[in-house]
Amino acid sequence: MATVVWFVASACAIASALAVIVQRNPFIAAIALLGNLASLATLYLLLQSDFVAAAQIIVYAGAVMVMFLFVIAYVGPHAEVPDERRHTWQLIAACVAAGAILVEIALAVGRSTLDSAASVEDSFGSPQAVGEVFLTRYVGAFELVSLLLLVAAIAGVVLGSGPRPSRVVDERQRRVQEARDLAASRAGDDR
Amino acid sequence: MTPGLGSYLIVSGILFAIGLVGVLLRRSPLVVLLSLEVMLNSANLALVGFGRYVGGQDGQVFALVVMGVAAAEVVVGLGLIVAMERRRLVLDTDQLVELRG
Repeated sequence: MATVVWFVASACAIASALAVIVQRNPFIAAIALLGNLASLATLYLLLQSDFVAAAQIIVYAGAVMVMFLFVIAYVGPHAEVPDERRHTWQLIAACVAAGAILVEIALAVGRSTLDSAASVEDSFGSPQAVGEVFLTRYVGAFELVSLLLLVAAIAGVVLGSGPRPSRVVDERQRRVQEARDLAASRAGDDR
Repeated sequence: MTPGLGSYLIVSGILFAIGLVGVLLRRSPLVVLLSLEVMLNSANLALVGFGRYVGGQDGQVFALVVMGVAAAEVVVGLGLIVAMERRRLVLDTDQLVELRG
């Protein structure tokens, strides 16, 4: 049973990840990423990591994806690069890099001796168990992440509320220049 | 009969490679960010898998920290994209070369 669920979830995860990088429309790519996140949450459940699976759905599929879809809607048709031609050497280099990582992982997995799972009690992966470790041994990391999220929130506000769009600024500068030219020519006439 | 650690690591590796190809080849910054999410999630899968097979909660704590970092990264990345859009720049990573050394 677990093998069947693992196979289906893994196939969905890989297929949706391929859809993310192949789709030209960013909106559909974001929806495919949503499927990828859900499949990974299923795999986390298979690994008895219930709390991480719940956090994955709430944080990623909820908050992060809403932000993505909002920005895709804000940017609109500009999000698509019209002529996505690329150099052949880029394609070859990317495939070589990906293939090297795959071969490396396959070799490492083939030689590993970690294939028998540790026996764990039923509370493994529950919010209590994870929270206890998180807030005692890793409390420093917890505080650092909260600080990082604060900095990121400030950065989001700063980046989102920059100067006016350049077209508006250009228009204003043009009017100021026109007024100056007019004043200069009038001053010339008076003389 | 349950799938072993190796099967999860292979899935994680395939997802990482797919995300890497997306980051390197796509030119729309939005899709590059989406591919980065795929890569971060594949690392999370490996962390949770190792955590389950070692038998401690540490791997899951790491995965949660990675989720927090990914959320921060998405905020900054999307903020940059919104800023580029407001300045009427073309959303194409091959044309945004002013920071090239």
